[in-house]
Amino acid sequence: MGEHPTGAKAPSKREGFSSRKVFLFAAVGSAVGLGNIWRFPYIAYQNGGGAFMIPYIVALLTAGLTFLYFDYAIGHRGRASSPLSYRRLNRGTEFIGWWHMGMASVIAIYYAVILAWAMRYLIFSFSNAWGDDAKGFFNNDFLQVAAEPGVSFDFNLGILVPLAVLWIALIAVMCLGVQNGVGKANIIFMPLLIIMFLILVVYSLTLPGAFNGVNALFTPDWSRLWDGKVWVAAYGQIFYSLSIGFGIMVTYASYMKRKSDLTGSGAVVGFANSGFEILAGIGVFAALGFMAQSSGVEVKEVVSNGIGLAFVAYPTIISQAGAAGALIGVLFFGSLLFAGFTSLISILEVVVAGVQDKFNLGRIASTVVVLVPLGVLSLLLMPTSTGLYVLDILDKFVNIFGILLGGVVAILVVTFIVGALPTLAAHLSRYSSIKVRWTWMIMIGLVTPAVLIVSLLDSLFNPEDGLAHHVYGDYPQWLVGIFGWGMSAGILILAIIISLLPWSKNSRAAEEPPAPPVVFWRVRKNHVDSTVRRASKASDHLAAAKAQEATAIAAEPLVQVSAPAAEPAAASVEPVAEPAAEDVVIPWKKEN
Amino acid sequence: MSLEAIIMCAIAILIIWGGLGLALWNLSRHPELEDDDNES
Repeated sequence: MGEHPTGAKAPSKREGFSSRKVFLFAAVGSAVGLGNIWRFPYIAYQNGGGAFMIPYIVALLTAGLTFLYFDYAIGHRGRASSPLSYRRLNRGTEFIGWWHMGMASVIAIYYAVILAWAMRYLIFSFSNAWGDDAKGFFNNDFLQVAAEPGVSFDFNLGILVPLAVLWIALIAVMCLGVQNGVGKANIIFMPLLIIMFLILVVYSLTLPGAFNGVNALFTPDWSRLWDGKVWVAAYGQIFYSLSIGFGIMVTYASYMKRKSDLTGSGAVVGFANSGFEILAGIGVFAALGFMAQSSGVEVKEVVSNGIGLAFVAYPTIISQAGAAGALIGVLFFGSLLFAGFTSLISILEVVVAGVQDKFNLGRIASTVVVLVPLGVLSLLLMPTSTGLYVLDILDKFVNIFGILLGGVVAILVVTFIVGALPTLAAHLSRYSSIKVRWTWMIMIGLVTPAVLIVSLLDSLFNPEDGLAHHVYGDYPQWLVGIFGWGMSAGILILAIIISLLPWSKNSRAAEEPPAPPVVFWRVRKNHVDSTVRRASKASDHLAAAKAQEATAIAAEPLVQVSAPAAEPAAASVEPVAEPAAEDVVIPWKKEN
Repeated sequence: MSLEAIIMCAIAILIIWGGLGLALWNLSRHPELEDDDNES
């Protein structure tokens, strides 16, 4: 490998998905997770039923797909993990990538234990271990939840052991790498998930009372369309469901080939995710309809979501289904397991990729460095009598002050401070079947952040349970202070601090970037990343190059290995917009 | 099921799954391009 006079190294060979198909399986595998199964049906039911489909579809088109494209553009253009991709877009946005890694780390810690529960319940389905009291079994016999919220270390072996097995499996899969680990896991698990869930839905529809349940879900309450909260709920569901805004799609898109149809692929991922949610809605409410009929109550009496739906309602349904209960249990908890596993590996990939880029570690070393500490934290905090309390607080706060706030900050910074939307639009459109221009920029720059800000403000100032006025969950203040506010502030502060540290000359930041950064609405060709430590011999060259940054520097042939050559000639690029006199000056035809 | 619920269920399935079908069809019409050599 040669070196550019500024000290930049030629890009090293990096892992990636072998084909578009693998990416699609991985991206859909990431998006389809626990929330598709246990959150969407309830949110839809609570917010107008069949009428909810309208704001939901609008949200998918105006925010879901647009934010997906936003993440794709940054990751694919940067061809790196979230911190480095954001850094390559603009030095000042690097903290967003580290913030993503912090969020992903926190989520991984508690997400894993839910899968461990699913593993146990899959086995329990054969013996109806919960008897007649599924709720009591879950809280008392299974979780052994402490009466008082807090942090304890009285471990529950029945959860600790499967959790440890899960983390070992995760380490094994992640060590195999992007294609052989992440890619292949999704190629195996996603079709299995779809088949299992289809069988579950079809079978559920044959149960007595099933259509009462589906009727309850899809009966429209048109009056709710005038309620702003319903629209916020729709946008929130799409946002949380699509794995956007916390680095997953940035990372996955960076593994796609250069000449990828980003928007066409994104459309498949978005609609596939929503398609699974519709299926889940039908399946879950068919089962709830059966449960209501068996219990002699209305469907609305048995509707639940989240952990309650999965580990209380469904076990009840399994008990009521008699001989077929085991089948329902295997299909349902197996689906939770597969959906959750593919989502969890995508969450972990955000962190592993970031460590690889920062420290130039190999795949196995990065995996061990990331997953072992996270696994230890997960094993210390989650399989205890207080694990559920900590999980609940972490989940609430990381979703609001991590993903939601991080998404707003990322969009606003990239749109209005960096001014990179036109550049990203051009990148998205380059090889894509669906060209994006002003509509996308308006949606991502104005509509999406507006809705997210409303959602954020509602979470904070809602008179019923706004976090600014109420202690979440009526938990002890110190507990919320540590795992809620403290965690939220901590990952952001840490992200900012890490982003201020220079990158080693051995890191990927020292490589010639695949695309120049955007600085205050201008694409800065020949920009030199001065905060990367380089060999002292190159420092004189670096100083000279910085002084002449605005003029073209003749590139050494060795440097043109990949990154600049990856960008096509100007003639093959369709300009996103012709700059008018009053527009900001952006060299459209020569950008990127 | 009520007629309204059936209609809304059908609309949801048509738009979402139909959208998926269209998206897949769109991708199939745009074959994957191979990258040049030596690209990471």
